[in-house]
Amino acid sequence: MSETFDYAGAGFKAGLEVHQQLLTEHKLFCRCPAGRYTREHDGTVLRHMRPTLSELGEYDGTALMEFKTRKNIIYLLNRINTCTYEMDDTPPFLVNERAVDIAIEQSLMLGCDIVDEVHIARKQYLDGSIPTGFQRTAVVGVNGSIPFRGRRLSITQVTLEEDSCREVSDRGHLIVWRTDRLGTPLIETVTGPELRNPEEVEQAILLIGKLCRSTGHVRTGIGASRQDVNVSVRGGRRVEIKGVPKASWARRLVHGEAVRQVNLLRLRDELHRRGFTEPADLGIEHRDVTELFRRSVLPALRREAWERWVEAGARRPGFELGEGPFTVRAVRLRSLAGLLGHPTQPGRDFSHELAGRIRVIATLDQLPILLHDGAWPGVPGAAAELDGLRRELGCAADDAVLVVWGPERDTVTAAEEIRLRLEDALDGVPSETRQPFADGGTDFERILPGPDRMYPDTDSPPQPLEAPRVRALRGALPPPPWERETAWGTLGVPAADIDELIRHGGALLVDRVVEEAGADPRLACFFFAERLKGLRREGLPVDGIAPTVWVELFRLFANMLVSREAWRLLVTALAMNPGRALPEIVRELRIGEPPAGWQEGLVELARTARPDHPDGTSAQLRRYLMGRAMETLRGRVPARTVAEVIVREMEAAP
Amino acid sequence: MSQNQDPLKGYCGPARACLESYGVRVWSDVRLVNAAGSVFEGVILPRSETFDDRHISLKLHNGYNVGVHVERVASIEGLGYKEAVYRIPEQEFPSRPDLPSVSLLGTGGTIASRLDYRTGAVIPAFTPGELYGAVPELADICNLTTRKIFGVFSENMGWEEHTALAEAVGAEIEAGADGIVIGHGTDTMGHTAAVLSFMVQDSPVPIVLVGSQRSSDRPSSDAALNLIHAVRAAGHGNIAEVQICMFGPTSDRYALLHRGTRCRKMHSSYRSTFRTVGDIPLCLVNTESFTVINEDHVPRDPGRKVRIDTRYDDRVTILYYYPGMKPDVLDALVDAGYRGVVIAGTGLGHVNKPLYPAIERAVSRGVHVMMTVQTLWGFVQMYVYETGRELLQLGVVPLDNMLPETALMKLGWVLGHTEDRQEVARMMQTPIAHEITVREPHNGYLILQGGLPEVDEFVAAHWK
Repeated sequence: MSETFDYAGAGFKAGLEVHQQLLTEHKLFCRCPAGRYTREHDGTVLRHMRPTLSELGEYDGTALMEFKTRKNIIYLLNRINTCTYEMDDTPPFLVNERAVDIAIEQSLMLGCDIVDEVHIARKQYLDGSIPTGFQRTAVVGVNGSIPFRGRRLSITQVTLEEDSCREVSDRGHLIVWRTDRLGTPLIETVTGPELRNPEEVEQAILLIGKLCRSTGHVRTGIGASRQDVNVSVRGGRRVEIKGVPKASWARRLVHGEAVRQVNLLRLRDELHRRGFTEPADLGIEHRDVTELFRRSVLPALRREAWERWVEAGARRPGFELGEGPFTVRAVRLRSLAGLLGHPTQPGRDFSHELAGRIRVIATLDQLPILLHDGAWPGVPGAAAELDGLRRELGCAADDAVLVVWGPERDTVTAAEEIRLRLEDALDGVPSETRQPFADGGTDFERILPGPDRMYPDTDSPPQPLEAPRVRALRGALPPPPWERETAWGTLGVPAADIDELIRHGGALLVDRVVEEAGADPRLACFFFAERLKGLRREGLPVDGIAPTVWVELFRLFANMLVSREAWRLLVTALAMNPGRALPEIVRELRIGEPPAGWQEGLVELARTARPDHPDGTSAQLRRYLMGRAMETLRGRVPARTVAEVIVREMEAAP
Repeated sequence: MSQNQDPLKGYCGPARACLESYGVRVWSDVRLVNAAGSVFEGVILPRSETFDDRHISLKLHNGYNVGVHVERVASIEGLGYKEAVYRIPEQEFPSRPDLPSVSLLGTGGTIASRLDYRTGAVIPAFTPGELYGAVPELADICNLTTRKIFGVFSENMGWEEHTALAEAVGAEIEAGADGIVIGHGTDTMGHTAAVLSFMVQDSPVPIVLVGSQRSSDRPSSDAALNLIHAVRAAGHGNIAEVQICMFGPTSDRYALLHRGTRCRKMHSSYRSTFRTVGDIPLCLVNTESFTVINEDHVPRDPGRKVRIDTRYDDRVTILYYYPGMKPDVLDALVDAGYRGVVIAGTGLGHVNKPLYPAIERAVSRGVHVMMTVQTLWGFVQMYVYETGRELLQLGVVPLDNMLPETALMKLGWVLGHTEDRQEVARMMQTPIAHEITVREPHNGYLILQGGLPEVDEFVAAHWK
């Protein structure tokens, strides 16, 4: 796909906003535990959001849009991970200093200049994802850059902010959120719009992710890191693909968006060609046509069928269900025939753009959300109904027509949204946030908010970041991934192992055991990348073993007090018995302590085993003997010593 | 308004000197470069006096704010000047003959507001036109007139303000309002409601105090819904008493109307902070209906004649008793000229023995000493223990289940009428607006204890 698209020619630009949760014990503005997710709740709160007037007496575009949806917002609470702060019933406590430290550390890793005084701001979100209606966020670092494909990728800013709620469901006018994740500290890393194609987008996500993780102070696992990708082409506008869960999704999504923007620009040109340049040129009318479809062959347009759908979904008035009686509303688009089928993204057309807006803003979510004359259902009788509709509306041949259905008030909102989206189409690409799907497609999520939705948080004092604090954090930084890659690569450590070490914290352990126990770096890399990965896969909780214990273990290895074969026994014991001292475990397993009479036993084994393997070569026999012997001697006698005895015995044999 | 203001508002010391040296001021749009070469483009914000004098506050063009240390400033280039315009769009509040007229009196709390996005400052919206712009739903409820009595934080409300407010309420009623709404900060709303219950008697119409626990500049604010509920209660409700209208649960579900003498702010920040103490609330109100909870209330009666009586003596205080209290505390109050002391005693209304001589001295000097309970719920019962009986003998007046704050406001009001010991006691012990109730229903004391399985189950099944 990417091969057929000329990204440079299209003026493609992309930048990232990478969100990474920080590994702190507590949340950012209250003392609730961070990272404790629950599936149950023991309290519920119902709220609504109301936009606040901006400076010029106007409402921010996003805020207004989100208010138009008239959403009932339910929060599910669990007292294990939520307090009255998350409910917006208690003001914020002073910011979590550990989170500030980690944010500074991350900013330094990204080559940023640390701001002198942190001011916490409120960024409005009226979708309910944060019960206050705004996210508390603050710039910590600016003006950074990292090496990327032979050039430098600029890091515009790094902000420290609180994570939002997790969405449970969104049906009609009701959206339900779980508050467990709310308030978890995270950083948002914003890159410059300098990524040149989808492949670069994927690589940049991976690089920043690796960089974040290289300190060992960020959360890992599902949802711990998410990225928004901003995409534009020449003549288009910045569109944010929100919450791309995996780097591997990014290529198709980004490509799809580039194609979409190019197609929307073509649509704009076509509209201009047809004489539509100003909103006033558009002739859009809507009318209630419920009666016309009372006995429709299309079930979606009949009241009884719709009522059954409402009942089956247990949609309640005042919660999911909008206001007013069931209504089928037809919208006539003067001289726009054929344009609803104009292609946008791969596999989607302009009618999907309208459907997305209607779904989100008018909350009409019964699929297919709208029907239009360019793709009217082919069931018998449907075409006649469409003809009747066109007659009823007095459509000319070059007019387009579409219908939406649902509670009356929502259908009016839908008609209004259709008008607004078409006005946007005259201009090309609207700035918006889009949600990604696994198939590489995206759908409308919200209008992209502007700087107007940000204002200072009067609940939190500004906080100076004094130079000694920043210096101390800078002094303790681990080497960046690219330095490790060079250093360990030179030693012959495979690239995949280096990647594994950086992403899963092993790199920091390698540093420790090399520095403090004098371990061989290549060996340590192999141990923490491969050996440990194996044990982790077997389900052994190896990540609970403290760095100081690893250092002790490597000292044992280095001093040759135990054989290297003992690692598996020891690591298993350490992982299974957290808190127990290494020397105690060593004593208990009698590691490094050869059993009495082991040499005699081995000689005996070598002799008696021989008749069982009359056809065996000496190499096979040696391997067999080694295996048998190590069953009892592993960890207690070095394998090399055992091998020496066996070879000696075999050579001594007649 | 900016002409009179310092062009470097809030800046002093090195930060001020720095701005002066570059010839820029507050609201200047600047390009600031620091020692590390980082470029900050944005508007210089006024700085709070409580912040340090070494940083310059900037609102960046992307909406974020940062502070730049003056020692790291390499250059500041002025690009322009963008002063904030403090103006709220006004739309004419529509009038409909079929709707009741409600008068909204402002005391200073912000019920509705516009936000200054650069400073975070809240600009109150108050005229009907401004309120209509912010809460258009009001136009479907009533014909609204507004009057700003004064602009103070609720902690700065005092006897003078209470008097002015009571008189304003009287004037609005005389002028024919169908209901009065008073916008008030929540901290001392209970005190104001109590004193108005004594200063404004026999009101023919509802008098409703309302505020908010989340300021109206927040999308999640309770202010708009509180205002809608209060205006409904004032214009359409049938309870012609002084009452407080605030959220029942913390969810956007309904408000409770609490009797002015019997309620209290019980949480520093929760939306559902007000609770009726020792009784049940008057009524539940939502955007569609009223559900009367307490039938024992004074109904609306346009024929009734309101009486305004604002005489007071502000030489009154509350003495919150604690173990080990020394008599010199009370002596000091008496020597300072206080004429009335409401003791919030322990248990059934007790203080320690060392205080007896001080009480005796106070009473002998004509100071009126009242007893209430710091448990808030329950009655003063001074015959149960010897301590109580001894205190009575010393001249302490028991006030049954009157809340300490209500008792304070009432004592100030009563002392504005008489100094006669017996008359003061009689007036204090004779309820005017249920500040003492004859009986306490068992559901008048209900503090559910979280953690109990049955309580948690109940809470989980209802909106918080």
